[in-house]
Order: sequence, then structure tokens, then C-alpha cells
Amino acid sequence: MKPIDVREVPFEQDANGGTAPLWRSLQELTRRAASGNGERTLPPANSPRDLAEIDRRQFLRLAAASLSMAGAGGCSRAPQQTIVPYVHAPPRLVGGDPQYFATSADLCGTAQGLLVKSNYGRPTKIEGNPSHPGSLGATDIFAQAAVLDLWDPDRAQAVLHRSQVSTWNAFVADLGAHMSRLSVNAGTGLRILSESITSPTLAAQLRTLLERFPGARWHQYQPINRDHAYEGSRLAFGEVLETRYHCDKARVVLSLDSDFLGSPGVRYAHDFVGARRTADAQPDPGRLYVIECTPTLTGSFADHRYAARFNEIEAIARALAQALGLPVVGGTSASALPGGVLAACADDLKRNAGQALLVAGETQPPIVHALAHAINETLGNVGRTLSYSAPILALAENQGDSLRALVDDMAAGKVDTLVMLGGNPVYNAPADRHFGERLAKVGLRVHLSLYNDETSALCDWQIPQAHFLESWSDTRAFDGTVAIQQPLIAPLYGGKSAHQMVALLLGEGTSSDHDSNDHDRVRELWTRGHPQADADAIWDRALQRGMIEGSQLPARPVSLQSDFLRESAAPVAGGGGDLDLIFAPDPTVWDGRFANNAWLQELPKPLTKLTWDNAALVSPQLAKHMGLANEDQIELQYRGATVLAPVWIVPGQPEATVTVTLGYGRSRSGRIGDGAGFNAFLLRRSDEPWHGRGLQIRKTGAKVRLATTQHHFSMEGRRPVRATTLDQFLRDPSAVTADARRRQPSMYEPAPDDGYAWAMSINLDACIGCSACTIACQSENNIPVVGKAEVLRGREMHWIRVDRYYQGAPEQPRTYFQPVPCMHCEDAPCEAVCPVEATVHDSEGLNLQVYNRCIGTRFCSNNCPYKVRRFNFLQYADEDTESLKAQRNPEVTVRMRGVMEKCTYCVQRITNARIEAEKGNRRLGDGDVVTACQAACPTGAIAFGNLKDPHSRVNQTKASPLEYALLSELNTRPRTTYLAKLTNPNPELMNGPAGDAKAGS
Amino acid sequence: MAQLLRPEQIFALKFGAAVLLIFFVAGILVWRTLIAESPPIDSPVAQTPPFSHKHHISDVGLDCRFCHATVETAAFAGLPPTSTCMTCHSQLFKGQSILAPVAESLRLDRPLHWIRVHRLPGFVYFHHAIHISKGVGCSTCHGRVDQMPLLWRTQSLEMSWCLDCHRAPERYLRPRNRVFDMAWNPPPDQLQQGRRLLADYGIDRRRLTDCSNCHR
Repeated sequence: MKPIDVREVPFEQDANGGTAPLWRSLQELTRRAASGNGERTLPPANSPRDLAEIDRRQFLRLAAASLSMAGAGGCSRAPQQTIVPYVHAPPRLVGGDPQYFATSADLCGTAQGLLVKSNYGRPTKIEGNPSHPGSLGATDIFAQAAVLDLWDPDRAQAVLHRSQVSTWNAFVADLGAHMSRLSVNAGTGLRILSESITSPTLAAQLRTLLERFPGARWHQYQPINRDHAYEGSRLAFGEVLETRYHCDKARVVLSLDSDFLGSPGVRYAHDFVGARRTADAQPDPGRLYVIECTPTLTGSFADHRYAARFNEIEAIARALAQALGLPVVGGTSASALPGGVLAACADDLKRNAGQALLVAGETQPPIVHALAHAINETLGNVGRTLSYSAPILALAENQGDSLRALVDDMAAGKVDTLVMLGGNPVYNAPADRHFGERLAKVGLRVHLSLYNDETSALCDWQIPQAHFLESWSDTRAFDGTVAIQQPLIAPLYGGKSAHQMVALLLGEGTSSDHDSNDHDRVRELWTRGHPQADADAIWDRALQRGMIEGSQLPARPVSLQSDFLRESAAPVAGGGGDLDLIFAPDPTVWDGRFANNAWLQELPKPLTKLTWDNAALVSPQLAKHMGLANEDQIELQYRGATVLAPVWIVPGQPEATVTVTLGYGRSRSGRIGDGAGFNAFLLRRSDEPWHGRGLQIRKTGAKVRLATTQHHFSMEGRRPVRATTLDQFLRDPSAVTADARRRQPSMYEPAPDDGYAWAMSINLDACIGCSACTIACQSENNIPVVGKAEVLRGREMHWIRVDRYYQGAPEQPRTYFQPVPCMHCEDAPCEAVCPVEATVHDSEGLNLQVYNRCIGTRFCSNNCPYKVRRFNFLQYADEDTESLKAQRNPEVTVRMRGVMEKCTYCVQRITNARIEAEKGNRRLGDGDVVTACQAACPTGAIAFGNLKDPHSRVNQTKASPLEYALLSELNTRPRTTYLAKLTNPNPELMNGPAGDAKAGS
Repeated sequence: MAQLLRPEQIFALKFGAAVLLIFFVAGILVWRTLIAESPPIDSPVAQTPPFSHKHHISDVGLDCRFCHATVETAAFAGLPPTSTCMTCHSQLFKGQSILAPVAESLRLDRPLHWIRVHRLPGFVYFHHAIHISKGVGCSTCHGRVDQMPLLWRTQSLEMSWCLDCHRAPERYLRPRNRVFDMAWNPPPDQLQQGRRLLADYGIDRRRLTDCSNCHR
């Protein structure tokens, strides 16, 4: 393929409401440039390629075979079914009705409170807990997908001793022998390695252990940690503090390479977007500036986004500090930014002192964090838009140092027994630590983990870990609020918790009773000092609410130590030929811990829309310069290590920066994750964990096929996303949507006037593109995964996809996200073409898909202008694996091969809510029906309800002048409509220099 | 080479093959209809233990809800746990061989296995509670259970049978206080009463034949 020449691309610099053509990929943009109008190709879903590979004889053979198989399948009597009642019915289980339990999960270092749905004791769906501050009812993709991990058939299922199946008792005996030897020397030689721990109970246990064995040490390492943030606060305040942002109070936010909207946890996104959501017609929604080293969700949401190289961020921070009057030394002029940007930014921050916020990225060096603290202090933001507290981690040490200490001791033969509580350091420790090699020098290696992974393979003992839905514990949220982690099910495979492992080291409870001890431990910590009756009440309330009220860590007054300001900056090398290498957590598999989660593997990554793979992300400029095209394999050479990776060109990537995401290239993750992508940890060095210079790349000439959903289901550039600026909105509120709101006449019968009329509204101004809706829908509606090969054919099954559009120059594009579920058209084109009436309307306006009628002609999908229908080309739903059956939602049919499916507006939730209402002879109120996507959305972008109820939220949002229907010219009258995106660019930057390509929306 | 068969023979063979094929297909169709329903209508289903609804309802006088406890609240009517059986049978007919499976179930903590009599396909979502609350009586679908020593199915449970009522519910609706009445028979003015009940219960008739009412 010919390299992309961005200069061929005509760019419409528009300042009038975002009417420049939108593009989804660079290929499309260049094609459009070449042919004037854009070459029209069939989207892969309609490609005849699959059939073309089969010749006539083979076709006839297959047809005959399938006919005879169909006949044979009909020759069996339906099997006799039995009903098996309980011997003793569990209390409070009513019929088959689901029950909900509050629990919490600490998946990536901060906790979210969860409400988990249980069907007959099987956890099937995870929702956010509205009373938990880390969730407020929403969840991120990881929490949504965690229920699949519980039922993953690839989980570690037995105690292994040097890869041979053994027993827990044998392990207890072996460890006991070591411990009795170690305890002679006060535990010298005993090491614990854990990931970041927020659990106060576990921390208390570990402290007891260290007191009992003063010679023992507890190390912490998690590849994606907050070392730099903690070091930054140490630099600025002399102590390690947790920074907590109050995004709802901040009107002007500047992010220095921080992805605070897209990171795990949903509270910042909720607060930030909630405070500026324009559907509520706020005259002044505030402003977000983002300067970042690789495109993120936060940058996509910004009013002004600029790309910068990693090292330039510090220079920008220094220059900004100088502009705000801080005595900073060595502030160079920030050449990375177009002229005037920094000054305008500083002015804006100054004007909004006390309501402004500077956020430093967790991967940025400590000095950037310290400068951000100093700037926030100067602006008087501290105590308003951000506050400080003690760290939420039980042990806020530098994890890089902690790991080095451990590895050095391992190399020196000082470690006799190493007990690893979770984690996978053999895979994810920096390459220069050689963890795997050093591990061989340890006497007894014990690994407690969910999977029999890379680390387990090198250990003497692998102990299956209990999933968080199987064990008692406690967690801390971003603000320190404690929540109880309550199990919903006994360990499926006799898994053990970290609490049990530490207890075993302490010589307590070796009982096989799986959870009673953990329960007592956690309960004892949180009810200590209360009389029995009070303790019961406190405990019950904590379980019921899913959190312990008032347990957040108190804000702490801080005093800035300004010495660091006078230290000169690290030298910033100018342009040069060398490339920056950036390490980023993968948007869907994070650091690899979710590598075996099929939902997350198949979830398109928000910006690249890649599935099942990671890639080396390069800028369009670099691709042109090096002659690279998408899917080209390149060799990444960095500090002596070499890794092969496919290229993916990402608009908005800084020119000389290559980003690799962590978490792929697993060799022992399980059947889903093995062999997917490349392992970027092989390039990672402990001294520069997040970036490095001097990367060399070389094209190998090979190609690696990448499964992207980017090209599928083309909308052919018909202004699917609409955007305008606040200025124009105030001048003429409905200008951007006027043509899409015209009501055209219809020949269909009008919909009935009474009853309910379900409808949805999606606010593009609130959507950050996180894809939590997609996973929530997948979990709720038993949507199968199809695998990389099928995604390559365009056969992914997601009922709600998140489209991503670019606008403007590829170096500096504006990015839009648009979730697209079924539109539930009132005059639905799909219904008219179905020969068997398998897709019909119901009296409440739902466009139904009746699976048992569907014969799979796919006419409906052909005739759907929104391309939201999904067809089961093969038997995608796994009907054989027992544990996966247990995960499914019993309220939703599991579809078989040959059946069309699509978004139902969660008809099962509507029906159940209606039945509950009708039993009480009342009508459904607003909020009685919450769809899965709506519930998961961190920013409340999705409203759902009854159009006939004038007070419903969906009606109120649809009354906005920003409301428009997708492809309204087709007069399908969709029930799902959108609110246009609204940006609030700084007027000073609107007509700025040409480099500021994105000032217009 | 000469022809092996004469034209008449060829015709006979071809005709024979066609007839065989037709019989084969017809045979399969007949067989399919015979096995389609399981268990068949009106044939009692043997259970272990041989539980008699007739005895428990007509002789003892138990209410349906004593065992099917969630029929008014949930989709599933509920099947009694062994402990419910033992509320009486820990005293009554204790030690009789017919009850041995129940006693054993409790002793060994091993559940009883009942053969399902009323069965719907997986893509049908039936909800007991809403039918009870809208005045559909037990006996309308399940027949005179109080006269069945062993339970059998009295209705086809096919979709056309469901629609029969969903299209004209006034023919079947009862006052709420007669829902559990096994002996209820439609009064002569059922149609008028049914229409009145339809209004009282607030039933939206249009909704009743929406596919999404039962399929999702």
C-alpha cells in the first residue's frame, strides 16, 4: 500500500459548526482526496469473499451434508426434563427472582462498589453501587467484564506442585516445614510480593506478620502503579500523599498527559462531565485543555488538545509555572505548542483561579507532578478543585524500588521463601530485572493466582486464588472509602484468598473452611470496639450499603516546599532523528490481567478500534516518512531488546513518538489470550518505566493482519456526528441540527397514542467513548464473542458499538465518539423486508427480533441503514462449556446459528418492570426501566424512558435544540436520537495560528 | 453393451423409488407428530414418590400456595423443598415405604427429582405471578389438579393455545378471589363479567399479542 501523504488531504478549516467531512480512517481520507468523492467499497460484512473461496462442488457437498444433518437432528425425542427443588430452601430466595448483593472490587488499584446480580446463587451481572463514591451506580469496562473471569474455564483449578496436581494439605505441610526453619531466624529469608493493596484487613495481617517475623519483608509491585504521583507529592510536600480531584468544581482543567477521564474508575468522568453536560443548558460549561503524548479518551474530549513529546511536557509545565509567576528555573519556551497557546491557557487558568485544575499524568515524572501541585497551590485550587489525603494504598512505597530490592536479594541468594499474592512478575516485571531468572535462586516459590500463568510455571506451588466474587475482603475507593468485598458464591475450584495465605504464614487457621475466617477477620476490623449489638448493626449496614459510611480518608492540609522549583530542568533534547517510545496500559486488557477475558479482547479499543491485538501506534507523519502502512510488521529496537510489532497509524500521535500498549504477548494466560499481540514488557526498563528515547524501527516487510472494527458498517459520511461550539449554540441553538429535525410525511400508520412509547437519547456531549455500554450490553444480553478471524470478516456481535470519527488534519484531529445501538425506527426498513415477520413492531414502539421465527435471510440487515443488526453466521454461543452456561442471563434467549439479533432496548428489563408495576396496578414511572448500557454509563450520556410521559428524563433531553436523528433524511423516525456535541473553545485560540488546527470544532 | 433393463422395468424402479420416498417422508412426519409432545396430553406421569395432588388438595385441603409458594410473586410458581414435605410428614405416615424417598432426601441432603409435566420452550418467558394477579385461575391452564392422583397435562401449551386466551381474555378471566378455586366454571354471563374484569385489572389488550410479551 502506498504511504499516506497527509499533504494530499484537503482540509476544511471550518469555524461554523463542524461541517467539515468526518473520516474514520486515514485510508478513507486519502481515498477521498484521490477520487474526489471517496471510493465506495463494500463493508466487509457484505463481502462475498467467504463464498468465493468455495467452488460449486464443495458447495453442493456442504449443502447435502447440512440437509442430512438437519434430518438426523430431527430424529430425537425432546429429552425428559426434571425439576429439582431444594432440600432446605435458602432464605429470601423468591422463586427464580434474581437477588442483588453489594460488594466491591479492587481491579487496578482503586475500588469500585458493585451490585452483583445473582440467579439461584450464580453471579451473572455486575452493576455499579449507587451509594459507593467510587461508582455512583456506574462501572468501567473492567468491572463489567469481571463476571466473565469468575466463570472462565481456563482459571487455575487445582493446587499444583511443580506442575503436578497436589493438595492444599500437602502445601500446608511443605510451607509449614519451611516456616518452622525460617522462624528460628525471625523470618529472615521470607519475602511476600503483592500487587498494590488497598485492603485494610490484608494490610493489618501483613503488618502482624512483619512484627512476628522482623526479618521478613513485604514487597509490592504492580506494573501500572502510582510511583511517579507519590514521588511528585514527596517532592512538593515532603510526604507521600494521595491527590484527589474534585472535577465537578473545576471549570477550567488542564491535563498534562493525564487520562483522568479514561482511566479505570468512573468517578472523575462522572464528576467532570456531570458538571458540564450541556443538555442541562448550562451557559458556561467550562473548558478542558489537554496536552498529551499519545491520544487518549481525555484528549478526545478536550476543547483544545495538543500533542507533545514526552519530555516536552515538563518544559510546558515549567513554562506554565513561570507564566503564573512561580520562581521556576530553567523554564524553556515551550516550543512544542503553537504560539500563544500557553499564554492563553495560563490566562484562562488565572481568570478561573480557585476553579481551575491542573492534572498531571500518572506516567509523567515526579517533577511534573510537583509543578502541578505548585501551580494548583498558586491558583488557590487546593481545597476547592483538589485535595490531599493519606495514600489509599496500605503501603505507599516506591514499587520500582521495592521490586529492585527483592530482585537484588533474590540474586544474592538471600530469599529462602517467596510467597506471591497475585501478580505475574515473571511476565510483567521490567525486562532488566530478569525476574524469571532470579526466581530460580529462591528456595521455595509460592504463587497464589487466578490463572496458572507465566509466573506459576516457574513456581514450586501454584495455589488457585479465589475470585473477588468468591471471597471476603475489603477495599478502598479513590477517596479512601472502605467497602466490604462480599462473596456471592463459594469458590468454584477451592480457591484461597490472600488473607488465608497470610494467615497460614502466621500459623493461623489452616482449615479448609473456605471463607468463615476471612469473614471474621474483616468483620472484626470494622466492628472492633463496639458492643455486640452495635457491631451487628454496623456490619449489616456496611454489607447492605456496600460501603462503610464516613470511612473516606480526611483531607489533609499541605504546605508546599518550594526548593524543587529552583532545581534546573532535565535537558530536553531537540527534534533529532531518534524516536520516543511510550508505554501505555492497554485500554482493554490493561497490564495483561484481563488477557484471558474474551469480552475485553473483543471490545474494540476506543481509539484504534482494534480487537484481539495490540500494535505499535505511530503518527501519520512518521508513517509517511518511514513508508509504513497499517499492518506492516516492524522491528522495535530499544536498549538492546528487539520486539516485532505490527504498525497502526493513529491520527493525533506526536510525530516522533511510538506508543506500545502493555498486556499482550502472553504465553500462559489461557486459551483466549495466548498468542495475541506482542509483549511490550520486553522493552520496558526499570529506570524509565513509561517512556524512553532512542527507539529504532525497521520494516521487516511482513504483514500482520489486525482485526479492526473501524471500517465496518460505514455511514458513508452523512454527518452522523454533529458538533457545534458554545458560541454558535448561543447564537442559534438549533442551527447544527435544523436539517435533521424536519418532520417529513409518512405513509405508515401513525403509532398509537396511549400506553408506553420507549425511546432513548444519547448525548454525544457527555459520551467519552469508554465503551462501558458495550460490555454492559454484552453481559446483560448473552452476546457471544466471535474471535479474531470472524471480526476480520466483520462479524462481531456487539449490539451497541461505539463509532469513532475524526475531523480535521490527521496531525491534529478532533475525535468524536458515537454509540450506536438499534434505533428502533418507528417506520423500520428492516420490518418491511422480512419474509417471515421475524422482525416486527410491538405496541410500545420496540422493533422486535423474534428469534424462533427468524430463518436467517439477512434481508433485514441489508435493509438497515444503521447497520446495527448482527447475524449468527456460526454457532457463536458456546453451548458446551458448563461454567459459561452459568454466567448467562436466564432472562434472555441464547441465540443459535442462523438467527439475526440486535439491541432490544433490554426488553427483559422492560417486561419485568412492567409486570412488577401491573401486579401493583400502577403505571411504570420514569426510572423504573434502566437499560444495561444506561446503567453502566459513567457520564449519564444515555437516557431511556417513556416518550408519553412529559416529565420523563428522555423527553426532557429530547426537547433540547441539539437533538437530532441519525440519517433523518431516510424518514425512519428513530426512537433513538442524539444530542449534538458542544465544545467550548477559547476565543483567543479560535483564530490562532495555523498549527492550532482544531480550534474550530 | 446391451441395456440391462427394459423401459418398463426402469419405470417400475423409478416409480417404486418415488413411492418409497413418499412413504419414508410421510412416516417421518407421522412419527414426528407422535413424539412431538412430551409427556403426552392426558396421560398421567409417574413420579417418585408417587405424589398425589388429589389427596393433598381434595382430602387434606391444602391450598396450592402451601407448596407453590411464589406463584403470586414470581415467574416461577415454586416447588416445595423437602423440608416443606417434612413439616407434615415428620409426623404423618412416618416410616411408610411410599415416603421413603422423601425421608431419604432429607437425611442424605439429596434433592428429590420430579419429572416436568408442564414445559415451555426456552424462548418462551412465562410469568406465573402476573397471570394470577390478572385473574387467570390455576385450573384454566392446569386442569382439575385436585382430581389428579398423578399429575397430567390437560392443555397443549402451544402458542396457538396461549393466543386463544391472549386474544380474548374475557372468556377466561375470573374475579381474583376465585383464582385458586379448582371448581370454578365460567358463569353464563362470563363475557360481560370478563369485559368488566379486563377494565378492572387494567389490561392493555394490544400488548397481549405483542411478540415481546413472551419472547425476548
